[in-house]
Amino acid sequence: MSDHPLVQLSLARMREFYREPEAVFWVFGFPIVLAFALGIAFRNRGPGELRVAVLRGAGDSVVAAAVGRAPGLSPVVLDSTEARLQLRTGRVALLVVPGAPVVYRFDSTRTESRLARLEVDDALQRARGRIDVARVTDERVTEPGSRYIDFLIPGLLGMNLMGSGLWGVGFSVVQARTKRLLKRFMATPMRRSHYLLAFVLSRLVFLFVEVAALVGFGWLMFRVGVRGSIGAVAAITVLGALSFAGLGMLVASRARTIEAVSGLMNLVMLPMWILSGTFFSYARFPDAMQPFVKALPLTALNDALRAVMIDGSSLAHLGGPLGIVSVWGLVSFLVALRIFRWR
Amino acid sequence: MAAIRCTGLVKRYDDVVAVAGLDLTVEARECFGLLGPNGAGKTTTIEILEGLTAPDAGDVEVLGMRWTVGAAETRALRERLGIQLQDTQLADKLTVEETVRLFRSFYRSAHSVDEVLALVELEEKRTSWVGKLSGGQKQRLAVACALVSRPELLFLDEPTTGLDPQSRRQLWDVIGRFRAAGGSVLLTTHYMEEAERLCDRVAIMDHGKIIALGTPQSLIASLGAEHVVEFALADGAGRPGSPPGTDELAALPGVRAVRPAVDRIALTVEEVHRAVPALLALLERRGAELSLLATHHATLEDVFVSLTGRQLRDE
Repeated sequence: MSDHPLVQLSLARMREFYREPEAVFWVFGFPIVLAFALGIAFRNRGPGELRVAVLRGAGDSVVAAAVGRAPGLSPVVLDSTEARLQLRTGRVALLVVPGAPVVYRFDSTRTESRLARLEVDDALQRARGRIDVARVTDERVTEPGSRYIDFLIPGLLGMNLMGSGLWGVGFSVVQARTKRLLKRFMATPMRRSHYLLAFVLSRLVFLFVEVAALVGFGWLMFRVGVRGSIGAVAAITVLGALSFAGLGMLVASRARTIEAVSGLMNLVMLPMWILSGTFFSYARFPDAMQPFVKALPLTALNDALRAVMIDGSSLAHLGGPLGIVSVWGLVSFLVALRIFRWR
Repeated sequence: MAAIRCTGLVKRYDDVVAVAGLDLTVEARECFGLLGPNGAGKTTTIEILEGLTAPDAGDVEVLGMRWTVGAAETRALRERLGIQLQDTQLADKLTVEETVRLFRSFYRSAHSVDEVLALVELEEKRTSWVGKLSGGQKQRLAVACALVSRPELLFLDEPTTGLDPQSRRQLWDVIGRFRAAGGSVLLTTHYMEEAERLCDRVAIMDHGKIIALGTPQSLIASLGAEHVVEFALADGAGRPGSPPGTDELAALPGVRAVRPAVDRIALTVEEVHRAVPALLALLERRGAELSLLATHHATLEDVFVSLTGRQLRDE
């Protein structure tokens, strides 16, 4: 059994992959690093603390203390020159000049500054004894699945499936061709279908690790959950991996050099990196482009992954995007088989 | 039944004719060598015979079968062949054992990994990565991958090119053992010594054609003499006299043929002890001064030079 050519070819593929540390990093490490960096950079802070400058002079400490008691405001006492500079460069939202009357100096076109003016005024008026006439309470809501990282993780998963499918298959095939290894295999009774199937099998093994690493990281680090079923995510990623393996096969079917296949690979992937909504919603592109954008396999894959992970959809409702992914994979694979250069 | 039989083989690449009408028969259990300089069409010929390249014209029969039949028959034929290609680079990141195991999985009946590693004396390198092997070890591994199927017929395309003398001899031993076990071999080489040592018969190729065919001994004998005397003259500064003409040299006792080359003149001679004194006497009379004088037993190299007027290796 273990001496079946399909097993041996798949083992060879896997060994060649995991013995190449760079490849392992790009497939497993890179998406995690990316998710981490982007997750930190775009974590939901809300409006955050507003910095407010209080001009140094008589009564500044009283004003600063009153402002400091209000939640969400952080006062600093500054000299006139420094205060003007910080106001101009936006490092403080508002400058308070104590006195009678109290003067608020701010740029009224900045939302932050107007917010700061309201909050500071509120704090100062209350400090001077204003009584609110109506009783109010706040109720804060954070919708799970609405953060940027919730949007990002499925996108990164899709992008990773594309990258490792195309590179994993395309690069290895062309390398075997340039090293005349493909020709050497043709000189044995090896079946061509076994050679190609081995790529698919070894991809599926790594796929499991790849998906588990990224989804697990998202959960541990950012509590990005899967709202729909894990089974549905598994099915979609398998379909995506097969589809991109087919596309990789097509890209590599004729190329004779690594340079040629790298160029082709980037040509295929670049539009999808930009258009397919990995990092931001593709709804931002003009309406005229939407049919084209939606027809790309990565767009469809990302849509399907997000539908399951964020909205909890079931596979039954994802016929459209999954159909697009399947057709891309199937057509690429069939064309690749016809035009493949076996030596 | 012959191991290989081909007639009227032609292969063109664009406007270059790589193989120009070639007939060849390799008998069973024979070791047959295709000799020739780079670009003579050796690799194209062997790859046509291996079924990897389709000829433009001609008929090929390997172990009594043809490449033009169906896929199942082709696969059945491949089961019986062992092939080493000239420029295959096996995967660097696999070990020797993994590589052999991979190739072995393609065949229905095959040597065990241990057996084949013993055949090529690579047991100690079993767990080494292919990328870490020396040139000679890589080449023996390539031959191991060809031998793993217990082939009846082994194709070797320049198996020892670029190897040091010791690695070369180790590979010759491997080939010798395969032949002793009853296998047939077709090899290409541009090392005459290798052909003389290994081959029962050789075909000398040039410009896609066979220009001489026979046992190494008979080809050398066709020169008509067993020895070659080579000499070159100094520039003649300070000495009067002119170099002797070809006719004069040919008339010397024991000389069978005269071959002027770029930097020297080669004489094919029967008896060195008569020809050399006569040559020296002639040069003395002419007042010419020698800058080189050497003699050796005639080799296939001399056969090639006498047939084409060119050196076999252009390095």
